[in-house]
Amino acid sequence: MNANVNANTQPSAGRSLWFDAWVVLRRNRAAIASFIILAAMTMIVVFVPLLIPYSIDATDWDSISVAPSLQSGHLFGTDGLGRDLFVRTLQGGRISLLVGIVATFVSLLIGVSYGAVSGYLGGRIDQIMMRIVDILYALPFMFLVILLMVFFGRNIVLIFVAIGAINWLDMARIVRGQTLSLKNREFIEAARAGGVSSSRIIRRHIVPNLLGVVAVYVTLTIPQVILVESFLSFLGLGVQEPMTSWGALVNEGAQEMENAPWMLVFPASFLTVTLFCFNFLGDGLRDALDPRDRGAAS
Amino acid sequence: MLNFIFRRLLTAIPTLLILIGLAFVLIRVAPGGPFDGEKQLPAEIEANLRAAYHLDEPLYQQFGRYLVSIAQGDFGPSFQYRDFSVTELIRSGFPVSLRLGGLAMLLAFIVGIAAGSFAALRQNTAADYGVMAVTMTGISIPNFVVAPLLILLFAVGLRWLPAGGLGDGSPKHLILPVIALALPQIAYIARLMRGSMIEVLRSPFIRTARAQGLSMGRIIVLHALKPALLPVVSYLGPATAAVITGSVVIEQIFGIPGLGRHFVQGALNRDYTLVMGVVVFYGTLIIVFNFFVDLIYGWLDPRVRL
Repeated sequence: MNANVNANTQPSAGRSLWFDAWVVLRRNRAAIASFIILAAMTMIVVFVPLLIPYSIDATDWDSISVAPSLQSGHLFGTDGLGRDLFVRTLQGGRISLLVGIVATFVSLLIGVSYGAVSGYLGGRIDQIMMRIVDILYALPFMFLVILLMVFFGRNIVLIFVAIGAINWLDMARIVRGQTLSLKNREFIEAARAGGVSSSRIIRRHIVPNLLGVVAVYVTLTIPQVILVESFLSFLGLGVQEPMTSWGALVNEGAQEMENAPWMLVFPASFLTVTLFCFNFLGDGLRDALDPRDRGAAS
Repeated sequence: MLNFIFRRLLTAIPTLLILIGLAFVLIRVAPGGPFDGEKQLPAEIEANLRAAYHLDEPLYQQFGRYLVSIAQGDFGPSFQYRDFSVTELIRSGFPVSLRLGGLAMLLAFIVGIAAGSFAALRQNTAADYGVMAVTMTGISIPNFVVAPLLILLFAVGLRWLPAGGLGDGSPKHLILPVIALALPQIAYIARLMRGSMIEVLRSPFIRTARAQGLSMGRIIVLHALKPALLPVVSYLGPATAAVITGSVVIEQIFGIPGLGRHFVQGALNRDYTLVMGVVVFYGTLIIVFNFFVDLIYGWLDPRVRL
């Protein structure tokens, strides 16, 4: 925790934070494997549906609720309405990943600006802003999202915004903490002495230096968001038919699991593998990028 | 200590008001009313219905009315279950949910603390990696995936346990739901416990204790456990919230007539009073619980009282 830290914080030529991080991350095989799986998953989910002759809501009357087989052309089988499960699983993946990325981006926007402003301004304003975060922390958020979904219609844009709008608290706290430690550094002082305005300092000097920590928490927020969305869809409160998501597919599968176990197994494994990989990648990135853990990682 | 309690109350009460206000505003500004059924009601009847539920008054009056009745423990009539008040529904559903959630919390804390300490004592061995891999699985697999798998294995396949419902109320009906609900929490608590135990075991006072020749077992129980438990205690609040949220899904899957099921049914039916009643009830529960957790924390760690 001591010798290593010193060695790493002394800047030697050409070794940026990102380069250091890459060196640490490359040694973490679980994280690299997760990254490759996630990249492959994204590619498959985005492009493969274009090559499949079935659409997500087309009924194949000759094969209703059939098991997976190569001959029928239904790789993952079909559901009780004769819809091809392979294309539905991939389509569900599109939705789940999209929700994960967009809602995380929403929470990123709110969290980073809130945390950076709170930490940089400090004093009374910081106290009030953080007290608000404390208060919001105590609220049962899943219930509030469910309220939002129920009362404002179950459309997908609202899912993005609602989930993002509740998930920024962790981000705000972490960003504030980092900002507090950044704002007394010499280069910030120099900028302030040079007459740069507060909002410009936050945008040009504070936020770029937060990117490492933010990258870690983005990777850890995405699986949380995917989980929230599938939770909602599982209850029937999220994405609506004929559109689908992994949560909705798991729900359908759970009801048919005695007769048609493939309906549960495929979407559930896609969902689980994705969550797994994001968590591993996030852990790996944290070891690589979070300065607090630098000693532990090396 | 009194000062500390007072300061904590100062956060708890506004939180409660914000929660009630938020739920209230959200529900009132939402499109779609409880009387937008398949049949269009005649205007007069709808006006009468609105008057009967005080929906024709200005919002602030409705809010005041709501606050007063909540203070009296009355959440109003359910819009959907015409013969029941929301309070009755909560009273019938909550004991079931409480038993389920309480048992899950108990299981999660016992197993989580044990597994976390075990892994910490064998840091960087195969046993440690094994525990950590299992907990990562627990975190990554959502409980609405685990629950059907448990049913498939133990109820449908092996036929050891019932697949759902409460049956005659015998404990074996609760085994699968409690396990499904507890698994992610076990994983979180084990990881927290491992981290904090490793940190505590590195601290100077533990080294002193070892230098004095105390056995490892004594050191853990007498010296290390209490400080190492601090992060776990502060996780009690989020854990409660997570278990309550999880119980919504678990009750749905296992067909358990608890409060979570009422909530989902109410949400699907746009039952304003029921949904708001459940949110306010659970919100209050979480806030009150957090208040006590803070007190326990302050008692365990005198530094936070300053």
